[in-house]
Amino acid sequence: MKHYEVEILDAKTKDKLCFLDKVEPNATIGEIKSMFHKSHPQWYPARQSIRLDPKGKSLKDEDVLQHLPVGTTATFYFRDLGAQISWVTVFLTEYTGPLVLYLMFYFRVPFIYAPKYDFTTSKHWVVHLACMCHSFHFVKRLLETLFVHRFSHGTMPLRNIFKNCTYYWGFAAWMAYYINHPLYTPPIYGEQQIRLALILFLFCQIGNFSIHIALRNLRPPGSKTRKIPYPTKNPFTWIFLLVSCPNYTYELGSWLGFTLMTQCLPVAFFTLVGFIQMTVWAKGKHRSYLKEFRDYPPLRSPILPFIL
Amino acid sequence: MSAAAPGTTKPVHGDVAAKKKKGPGALATAYLVIYNVVMTAGWLVIAVGLVRAYLARGSYHGLYYSIEKPLKFFQTGAILEILHCAVGIVPSSVVLTGFQVMSRVFLTWAVTHSVREVQSEDSVLLFVTAWTITEIIRYSFYTFSLLNHLPYLIKWARYTFFFALYPMGVTGELLTIYAALPYVQKTGLYSVTLPNKYNFSFDYHSFLILIMISYIPLFPQLYFHMIRQRKKVLGHVEDYSKVE
Repeated sequence: MKHYEVEILDAKTKDKLCFLDKVEPNATIGEIKSMFHKSHPQWYPARQSIRLDPKGKSLKDEDVLQHLPVGTTATFYFRDLGAQISWVTVFLTEYTGPLVLYLMFYFRVPFIYAPKYDFTTSKHWVVHLACMCHSFHFVKRLLETLFVHRFSHGTMPLRNIFKNCTYYWGFAAWMAYYINHPLYTPPIYGEQQIRLALILFLFCQIGNFSIHIALRNLRPPGSKTRKIPYPTKNPFTWIFLLVSCPNYTYELGSWLGFTLMTQCLPVAFFTLVGFIQMTVWAKGKHRSYLKEFRDYPPLRSPILPFIL
Repeated sequence: MSAAAPGTTKPVHGDVAAKKKKGPGALATAYLVIYNVVMTAGWLVIAVGLVRAYLARGSYHGLYYSIEKPLKFFQTGAILEILHCAVGIVPSSVVLTGFQVMSRVFLTWAVTHSVREVQSEDSVLLFVTAWTITEIIRYSFYTFSLLNHLPYLIKWARYTFFFALYPMGVTGELLTIYAALPYVQKTGLYSVTLPNKYNFSFDYHSFLILIMISYIPLFPQLYFHMIRQRKKVLGHVEDYSKVE
């Protein structure tokens, strides 16, 4: 078996950073990253970007050396992706914030509202309902992060956690402030409005969860394969016929329900901003599906059936 | 902020990569030339208006009123520049340009126009003067660049005057916002209080204070960006004087 020689150069300075000899032809990029990490302990594999070309795309961990367009002396270029943090850590942190913050406003912890309201409870039952729904939503997200989702990338840049937490925590505090305010005004159409909103919210929570389970089942444990999602026996997944990212569709629905339930403008803003971001993600995902799969169902839209 | 959008210097840097990018077509170029000529003229009108009013009155006081309408018209007109970026006929960032233009529009309408009491403040004259000189230079810079005939003097002015004009404009803006605070608080201008059916509140007074605070991180960034641009553009005089 002929062994390869691998040299790794810095993508910017072209300095020789590492030379590996006697590398097996069936070694993966992931294994090469581990070897590189040994000689440069500060660059753990998650922050290494290895490419064939200094300005090219990153090679995948699963790529096999002998299947790459390289000679028996392979030259790779390295770029430092910066400090990385695991997706799980980011998700857990960004979701725990809203859960805890909202409850602080709900229980009217001191220094938020006027002192005479400290530790009092709202007299409107919709406020209690809203707290249950909001808390349920984030507990669901935390549990899904721990037990349901299968992440294709292990990590993201460290700075993302500050950006993401500012967004989630900031909006949660802003919404919670008004909903739990002593001067809160309940929905105009009262019980009818709240009931409709609750039904929409619950429907979309179940829908969103169904999609997450369906997506998880597409991917065997530990794998990073990508397949086209299709409707399953669960009616909540039949929306796959019309939409590429129904998890986002249902998420939008949940927040529309919450907006209707609380009749609170900051909640509407949060829903709008979230919708814009999810649309960007859905369009990207939709485009990748189209690029990767020739037989991708043409009827599907990224996030809203027939519309967007 | 009083300085021009830093990103919009791209067409004239002359570095090879920027030149190879798909520029505006002939129609778009014609339109942009007209736009920039009109804007140059507009701000010249404001400049002349200020000088004439000063000579007539013999004092700096209350000159705002003599140029109020053209100022509003031409500063608001700059919103078109956001569109130019969005459509792609100007290779600048929509976000950056949007931010720059909207901050000017905010000061013009949401502060100076809205709070009558600050209109006679000298700080208004300070930023209006800074804006006027800056814009005359900036728009003539673009005009000449589009016609591929940029006199070095204009380029030099654009990347040198900002040293003084930028701080001058920022000072005028901050002093004006500060002067507006007591009136905004007293009248509750643009503010919404609880309770209301949208469960929303907004305190314009606090918002203005936040805006003032935001100058602290933003102004140095923009200022140093212009300084870096100056080194790039004026640093290689031999390469550029003929290329434009």
